[in-house]
This record gives sequence, C-alpha cells and structure tokens, in this order.
Amino acid sequence: MLVEAVSAQQPTPSDDQVNQIAKQLYCPVCENIPLDVCPTTACAQWRELIREKLADGWTEQQIKDYFVLQYGDRVLGTPPAKGINWLVYLVPPIAILAGVYILFRAIRSWKRPVQTDNMTPNDSEVAQIADPAQDEYINRLEEEIRKR
Amino acid sequence: MDEITTNPIETQTPRGSIRWGRILAWIALFALLVVVALALLQRQQGPVALGQKVPPFTLTTFDGQQIGPEEMAGKVVLLNFWASWCKPCEQEAADLESVWRYYQPRGDVLFLGIAWTDTETASLGYIEKFDITYPNGPDLGTSISQAYRTTGVPETYIIDKNGLLTSVKPSPYTSQAEIKAAIDPLLGP
Repeated sequence: MLVEAVSAQQPTPSDDQVNQIAKQLYCPVCENIPLDVCPTTACAQWRELIREKLADGWTEQQIKDYFVLQYGDRVLGTPPAKGINWLVYLVPPIAILAGVYILFRAIRSWKRPVQTDNMTPNDSEVAQIADPAQDEYINRLEEEIRKR
Repeated sequence: MDEITTNPIETQTPRGSIRWGRILAWIALFALLVVVALALLQRQQGPVALGQKVPPFTLTTFDGQQIGPEEMAGKVVLLNFWASWCKPCEQEAADLESVWRYYQPRGDVLFLGIAWTDTETASLGYIEKFDITYPNGPDLGTSISQAYRTTGVPETYIIDKNGLLTSVKPSPYTSQAEIKAAIDPLLGP
C-alpha cells in the first residue's frame, strides 16, 4: 500500500512545469493578472497546489478541471465554449465577415462605371412617358423645332 | 417571341432575399445588444440589500457534510466569507469562534464559514490554527460569493430566522460584543 502511494509520486515539478499551467489560469483575487506572474499569497498557494497535483501525476487538463470545479469558469484564460460563452467565439468572426461583405459591396459600387448605354427607364420614367399630358408637351416641342 | 421576362417572382427574389437578410441581421444585432445589456445589468447589481431574502445555497463542508436551506430554516445564520491568505480575517477568527461557542448550546444560531478562493490544505491549516469548530467549507465554483455578490474577504452576513438579511459587515469584527450586538436582537427571549 505504502509502496503504491510512493510510486504514484512524480519528481518535484519545476517552476517551468507549474507555470506552463499557471499562465493559463487567473485567480479572482487579482483579476487580469495570470497566475504565473501574480505576486499575491493566494496565487502563490494556487501555484503550490498545481505543483502538488503535478507531483501526484495529474495531467494538465485534470488540473484545469479541478480549478474550474473549485473556483469557477472565470479562472480560465479562455472561456469554455458552452452556453452564453459561445458568443465570444461566434460574434467576432461573424462581425468580421459582415464587415468584409459590406466593404466588398461598397468598393464594388465605387468602382462600377455609370453605364448610360444600358440604362433602362425606371417605373416612374415609364409612367411619365405614358402620361398623355407629357406626350402633348413633347409634340408641341417637336412642332416648334420643326417650324424653326 | 419576346425574350424579356416579365415574371414578377423572378425579378423580385434577389431583392426579397436581401431584404430578409437585412432584417435577420438587425434581429441578430438587437438580440446581441439585449444579451450584453442583461449581462451588464447583472454585473452592476449591488450586494444583497438589508431586509431582502437571501439567495439559497448548499455548503459542502470540508468534512463532507451538506448544509442547505433546510438546515438553516428557523435559525439565525452568521455567514462568514474568509480566506487563509487574508490577514484581516485572522483578526476576527478567534472572536467568531468564541461567540459560536457561546450561542451553540441554544440550537437556534448557526455559524457557517466559507473559504473563498482558497486551497483546501491552506484552509484546513487555518481552521486548525484558530481551533474553529463551526461548519466550514469551500465556496465551490465561487457560486455562493457570486450569489451574495461579495466584495472581498472578510465579509460577514447575518440572516434572521425568516431568511432575511439583517446585517452585512464588509470588514473584520473588532470584538465579541460587536458580533453579539448583531445577533442578540434576532433571538427570542
């Protein structure tokens, strides 16, 4: 029994091994400072906890899961992709794609020359032409031109 | 035969889909703004107000005991958030334990210690150092402190027998008399 417990222990993990995991975590006491560089006693305790877990043979993922269970999702540097957190992953690419599309359309409309040859009268113009009063005006105008 | 298409469906479909695309984009933008606004509103809410019903929770103590609303019902509850790395917490630790021992025989007062963002080893060391006997447990997932919207440690909440918040102390108690003065008016004769 004692032999098993001893054999489960790994060599004491180095600071680099601890910090490899610590830099992905944040403690709620000192927000926005990664755990690997946070100078508070609370964070020092957390780093020591990581060292203990590594020495016990825990994997990086197991340690991160343990911290989430103990202290909540907000200890993670990158929020897990679940629930409302999906917005963090979906909104920026969608916004970028929408921006690129709008920009593409704007640039295309600026570059397109005005094609007078192919212009077709729109509905209001057709309505104007079809207007009998307009016809009468055009007829009178043409007659005046002919007289001259 | 004239080649010009006069079918209104064929000419209106692209415009219609663009219009629907725009409508959907606006709906999505509006929904996003609502979500952000709700999240901001929740964050801006202050601590639980005095006289308000406190949020229910279940504490799993370091020795595996579960203490929930049923165990708290009909009792005056003193809820103390602390951490082993918190020096001001040490100032009040001995006084809290003494007052707990004073009220414990009555049976209608419950003290609960909640270790906030602490490691279990350090928490147990703290409990042993100050010979704390009232139930203590970790704030798993920081869910209890978030429900109470605590501002730090030490922070102590006193809840009356009806589950209403009567006192908040966002700093360490300085004497046993101060703690008793907050609890005594809530107890029956």
